[in-house]
Amino acid sequence: MAGLTLASPSAERGVYSPWRETWRRYSRHKLAVVSAVLLLVLILAVVFGPFIWRVKINDIDIVAGLQGPSLTHPFGTDDLGQDILARMIYGGRISLAVGLAAMLVSVFIGTLIGALAGMSRGALGHGLMWLTDLFLSLPALPLLLMLIYLFRDALKAMFGPEGGIFILIVLVIGGLRWMPVARLVRAQFLSIREKEFVEAARALGASPVRQVVKHILPNALGPVIIAGTIDVAAAIIAESTLSFLGLGFPPDTPTWGRLLFDAKDFLDIGPHWALFPGGAIFIAVVAINFIGDGLRDALDARRVI
Amino acid sequence: MSQYVLRRLLIAIPSLLGISAVLFFVLALAPGDPFSELATNPNVPPEVQAALRARFGLDDPIYLRYLHWLFAMAHGDWGFSFVSRMDVDRLILQRLPATLYVIGSAQVLALLIAIPVGVYAATKPYSLFDQIANTLAFIGFSLPTFFTGLLFILIFSVTLDWLPFVYTTDIKATGIHYVLEMIRQAIMPVAVLGLFQAASMTRFVRSAMLDVIRLDYVTTARAKGLGQAKVIVKHVMRNAMIPVVTLIALQMPAVFGGALVTEQIFRIPGIGSLLISSILSNDTPVVMAVTFVFACLVVLFNLIADVLYGWLDPRISLR
Repeated sequence: MAGLTLASPSAERGVYSPWRETWRRYSRHKLAVVSAVLLLVLILAVVFGPFIWRVKINDIDIVAGLQGPSLTHPFGTDDLGQDILARMIYGGRISLAVGLAAMLVSVFIGTLIGALAGMSRGALGHGLMWLTDLFLSLPALPLLLMLIYLFRDALKAMFGPEGGIFILIVLVIGGLRWMPVARLVRAQFLSIREKEFVEAARALGASPVRQVVKHILPNALGPVIIAGTIDVAAAIIAESTLSFLGLGFPPDTPTWGRLLFDAKDFLDIGPHWALFPGGAIFIAVVAINFIGDGLRDALDARRVI
Repeated sequence: MSQYVLRRLLIAIPSLLGISAVLFFVLALAPGDPFSELATNPNVPPEVQAALRARFGLDDPIYLRYLHWLFAMAHGDWGFSFVSRMDVDRLILQRLPATLYVIGSAQVLALLIAIPVGVYAATKPYSLFDQIANTLAFIGFSLPTFFTGLLFILIFSVTLDWLPFVYTTDIKATGIHYVLEMIRQAIMPVAVLGLFQAASMTRFVRSAMLDVIRLDYVTTARAKGLGQAKVIVKHVMRNAMIPVVTLIALQMPAVFGGALVTEQIFRIPGIGSLLISSILSNDTPVVMAVTFVFACLVVLFNLIADVLYGWLDPRISLR
């Protein structure tokens, strides 16, 4: 790992474990630790929530519409009297899953392109970097909207309304966010591939693939992990933005952004409807960003705390 | 310097071409055919269909279609919006000023907040002020614009009833009242977008300042007996702004995304809300053109950043 170069104080302490050193640095960042706990609670809540909170997401009860928080409905109800807590648990699964899956897509593409550009010494590297710069100057949100507009119906026909949109949103968000990862990986590769231990591997006859997989990539992972963490937050915001604009998941799928979209016309009589999902997005995003910040402290080799 | 600007302009052209190619091929690859309605219409015989397809060049190879499209775009022939019943370029020109007004004021607001806060935080790193500013900045860019927008409406329009939450172009008042009303209705959208921008900019400014402030020439300036203000403003800031300009330019795509959301929340008649409404009404020529305009704006702002970069750091324009 990039962050595990021996810092002298920890070396004197005797027992040295790379993971313990990482954790020691991470745990110095108090807000990052709090955020990790918060995110864990949020994940547990959306994964196991439906087993504890057994209200259906589409139980319509017009009489109980737009009620504020109460014992029967802890987060209140929407205009049709549907329970907002149950809907948020359901939507949270989708929002967090989209964030994770889109991050995996962008990290995969970014690492692949960055590694290819970092290993090649010729036109391929230049071409890939030109492509990366081109993608960096694409207006992401308008393009995202356009892609969804164009491909929505075809994927809906293939994978069903929810599955199709899920695949589309994950691929498109991931496909428009790999550039920072590619640049980071390339920069790491350019410096690591000239280090002595890689030269030694090369001298021993290691093939380029083995050099990359066994020697270079593991040492370049630190920045990728940090960038990946922040990507999760960005993907959650992107998905919520799409749903908020009414162009994400189908109307009956209550993602957090969709709940806000539905709630925005009832701000004067039912503000709780917007505040709870909005708060959930904010907590998830700020927690993930703080975790990324803590990981930067933990994994950045140049910084000795 | 003029040679440098010219070189930058020439570099911008391939990236514009690249972006236009990406957009066109996405559209061409997309399922759905502009003639699908004709194909299912029994009143149109197949020969007429084939003739129409040939007439509009739909069966040409894709690179020819791209060149045709590019040529038409360059000539200002952007197509016709069937929903608004007018030419696409006129429609966009009508909507563009509102977008630029909001984005421009938001950028100014962001700079007015970010530069003083970032500079002051960097002169006293890890002080109480720095920590508060840092935490607020972190929260600021974790708050999505659509949520801050709703919060602002909830607080300033619904609860306090200070500001209007719908942006109108036909304000009834005239003269000074017109100007005041224009400013009043722009406060919330500009604040939402500007604060979001200010959050990330503050972090850029602070870290760029911290990188420069430790350099030897700053110590030399202090040793010469210059005052703190002069050292910070004349020596440190000028050099710290160089990376900040690039980072701000890299942020532009995100700014346009934020503007799109803000326009939608406050119903500002700009090109962002035009994009959403055209998507909802399947108005493909407008969707295409607006996306392209956004891309052009991004390239334009990158160009401006490059020129500023050359002005801030003369070494670059000499290279």
